[in-house]
This record gives sequence, structure tokens and C-alpha cells, in this order.
Amino acid sequence: MSATPAGSLADPAPRRARLTVAVALFGLLAVLPLAVQFGLPSHWLTLATRAMIFAIAALSLDLILGVGGLVSFGHAAFIGIGAYGAGILIAEGQGEALIALPLAIAACALFAAVTGAVSLRTKGVAFIMITLAFGQMAYFLAQALSAYGGDDGLTLQQRSTLAGWDVFADRTHFFYIVLATLAGCHFLIRAIVASRFGRVLRAARENPVRVAVTGYDVDRVRLIAYVISGMIAGVSGFLLANQTEFVSPAFMSWQRSGELIFMVVLGGVGTLHGAIIGAFAFLVAEDVLSGWTEHWKAIFGPLIVLFVLMTRGGIDGLLRRLGGRGDD
Amino acid sequence: MTEPVLALSGLRKRFGALQVTDNVSLALAPGELHALIGPNGAGKTTLVHQISGMLKPDAGAILFRGADVTALSPQRRARAGLARTFQITSTIASLSVLENVALSAQARGPRPLALFGDAARDEALNGPARAALEAVGLAGRAHVSAGRLSHGEKRALEIAMALTLEPAAILLDEPLAGVGREEGERLIGLLRSLKGRYAMLLVEHDMDAVFALADTVTVLVYGAVIATGDPAGVRADKAVREAYLGEEG
Repeated sequence: MSATPAGSLADPAPRRARLTVAVALFGLLAVLPLAVQFGLPSHWLTLATRAMIFAIAALSLDLILGVGGLVSFGHAAFIGIGAYGAGILIAEGQGEALIALPLAIAACALFAAVTGAVSLRTKGVAFIMITLAFGQMAYFLAQALSAYGGDDGLTLQQRSTLAGWDVFADRTHFFYIVLATLAGCHFLIRAIVASRFGRVLRAARENPVRVAVTGYDVDRVRLIAYVISGMIAGVSGFLLANQTEFVSPAFMSWQRSGELIFMVVLGGVGTLHGAIIGAFAFLVAEDVLSGWTEHWKAIFGPLIVLFVLMTRGGIDGLLRRLGGRGDD
Repeated sequence: MTEPVLALSGLRKRFGALQVTDNVSLALAPGELHALIGPNGAGKTTLVHQISGMLKPDAGAILFRGADVTALSPQRRARAGLARTFQITSTIASLSVLENVALSAQARGPRPLALFGDAARDEALNGPARAALEAVGLAGRAHVSAGRLSHGEKRALEIAMALTLEPAAILLDEPLAGVGREEGERLIGLLRSLKGRYAMLLVEHDMDAVFALADTVTVLVYGAVIATGDPAGVRADKAVREAYLGEEG
């Protein structure tokens, strides 16, 4: 994982190239509702919204996995906490996003701080297993929430409102809200990666001993990244609940955590915009294949394996090689 | 005699049946270059690991700038002003040479973990980093990834990273190991230029370098100190000649 291009995020040239890709992506997405006006099936708008929501979660995972080198296998827990935050508060009559979202984020921060403090005592495979265990813990906790649907899940009677405005209910408005959130999260994480904190996090992925003898508390740096990552994933869960108007324990299943890792690897670990591309590739492929056959997973699985084997550095690496810039 | 920067007293460490550090006491005075020599397996690196906090001694105490640091983590000792280099070079390969040194500058400065602001363009970090690279002769390589440096250049980079911490003492674990003659001579020149400005504990196999540079030499055999003193005295010491220097011819 140390051979990922994440370190070069600090070099001005690839950094600018990556920014260009991300901005172009956001620009393309911004005109998608127009294309729907001109006859593109509106199904694509729904799919793109879902992909952007997962892209936010994948981005947050890339901060710890790609940049920090911490393979968390329990990231779906944060999506679930964010989603239940929206669902439970709406069920309790609090549909205002300005109140519900900060609460959902705070719950994610708390869960991340506690589980992160324990998980980060371990390394490598043990870290993967312990984050998986915490994810499953959140999953079974949600199943036990009988007041909020338990195993069956919870249907949202309405979507959240923003400052009293039911802007989440309109498909196009919601699309733009999600797009703005995605762009905001992308620039936020990008800024963090380039910051002093981000430099220490990147350095610690590669050589934690050197970072420690330079005077940094590596565990603390990783915990902060873990908490930030969990909070951002919580935002994605909050939006997901609003899109599907339904929350269930399945949001936090370990399969979902695995899918998030797939998205990041598929797009290009540690590149940030790769996580966005990976989320889109994953969800569009899933959508198209599941339209062909109900056994789509039997095609999808091998396809991903082949893809990861054949394109070092994911889609980002493939694009870079096609662009003739090589992967140094 | 002035108060030592670093003082070890009665340090002991055992790996199973093997006593790797056997009642070691030594003192490093301000500005002193203290060489630690001994045959392979004498426990030199293990001792450096205990001083820097990567290993915990079984018994004994480590005093750094008058405070007992025996129980402190490596990062706490580094922040107190104890820098080190590694026998196997330890840099951040994917970061540029300048960023490697800026990482040290950042550790010393205010808000080392600031979440915002572009660190790569931060002159408060790059300025001191460039000065350190200038001092070790790597100014021309500032924008190369550290992983692409030659072995000797990596050694120099590690020294620049240590210097940028503005340490009170530097532990140098075999800075000349595996380095060619030409680069080795450049490194010896660099160490000589640092002499007197920093307290340095130098673990080294290159006897010519040790006797040319050191103010004090301590000889470690099977984890125990068998001699300590000025280079000429140690060279003449009978026990040392038998145990160690004799083999070198």
C-alpha cells in the first residue's frame, strides 16, 4: 500500500491534475439535470445522486485507508449512524437538517473516537478485524432498536427540511444539495491532506517509527483522521436515508463496508477523486448488470477482480497511463 | 565538569537468556562527540533504542537534560530535544527531500498538526528545511523524492532531519554503514562540521572515522562497558585491544 500515489498528493503538478479531474467531474454532474430535461431517463439522476452519496463515504474512507494507510472494514457503521440519525429524529418529529445533521455527525464522532481509540491499538490484519467487529456491533445494535423498526428497518414519513424548506423532497434540488456536499467534502479532505496534519498522516502511513522519533504522537494523528473520516461518512448516511426514505440495519452490514473499500480500490487508492470515480463505476456497473440478470453478482465479482489485477492504481492509474504521464 | 545532557545509569536489558545491556552507565556532555564502539552483537543499537525510547530497559535510568525520561515514549523524548538517525536509513520515501526536513521543522514549530493551510508552500517550514539541506549539501536535491536518493544522500538527509529538530543531543546509529568511500568522506566532513555544536552519541564501525572525530570513546562488549575515555587512552587499553581492536588489526 506504500506504493500508492498518495504521497505525491503533495507534489504540485499531479495535485493540480487531480484537481482538474475533480472539477471536471463536478462540472459534468452539474449539467446532468439539464440532460434529464432534454430526455435522459430520470433514472440516471436518481442513480447519480446515490453514487454521489456513496462517493462521499468512499472519499471519507480514502482519507484513512489511502492517505493514512488504515484499512477500516467497518466504515458502513458511520453511514448507518448518520442514516439512523436522520430516521430517528424524523420519527421523533425533528425533521430539521440543521439540527439533525449536526447531531448525527456528533454521534459519528463519538462512535469513531471510542472505537478508534481501541482499534488503533492494533495494526494490519488485527485493525481490519477489530473495525469489522465494531461495525458488526453497530449492525446488531440497530437490529435491536425495536422502537425504530429493528430488523425490518424504519420508513421515513417525510424527508428532512433545510431551515424549514422542504428542499430535500424535490429530486433536482436534492441532487444539487448532494453535489454541493460532495464537492465540499472533497475540497475539505483535499485541504486536510495538504495541511501540516495531512503531511504527518501521510508520513506515518509509510514510516510511523520515523514520525514518532520526530516528535509526533502517531496514534493521536490517526485517531483524529479516523474521527474526521467517520463524521464525513455520517453525512453520507444522513443523505442516503433521505434519498431512500428508509433506514435499516443493512446500511451497516459488513458487505457494505467491503463495497466501500472496493470503490476506493477501484478508483485509485489515496487519490481522493479516485474514490468518487470508483463509487460511480461501482454503482453504475451494479445498476447495468442487475438489469441484465439477477445473477449479476456472479459477473460483477470476477469483473472487479480482473479490473483490480489489470489496472494498477485503479481507474486513476489507468487514466494516468493512458494520458502518457505514466505512474512514475 | 559540566552537567551532562544525557546520562545513563545502570541500564540493563535482557532478551531471554541474552544480556544485551549489562549495567551500562555513560554520560554525554554538551557539545561532546561520544563514540560508542564494539564488535557486532555488542548491543550498541539496542542501547540506542533504549535511549530513544523504542525499547524499555529492564532496569536503570536515563536522564536527559536533568529529567528522568526512562518511562517516556519516543515522541515525548523527541519533543524534549533528543533526535536520532537509524542504522537502516529511515526517511519518508514518497515525500520530497524538502518535505522530509519540513516534517521536522513542523514538529518544532507552533501548531504542528494544523488542519488547514498548504504545508508544502509554508515558508515558515520550508525556510529552515532549505537551510538544513544547504548545511548537509543536499540543497540541489530538495525536490526529488527521498526514495530516489543515493544511500549516502539518505544518510545526509537523516542528519538534516535530526538537525532541524534543533536537538539538545543526537544519536547517530552507524551513519557511515554501507556508504561508499567518497560519500563516507563527505559525511565525516559533515559530522566534523557539527562537532561542538551538538552533543552527539555516535555508534560507528569505521575506526578511522571514530578516532578522527570522537572526544570520548566507550567500548561495549557483550552489552557491558569495558573501557571509556579519550581516543588515545582507549586505543592503548589492553582489554580493548584483546576484545576488539586486535581483530581489526
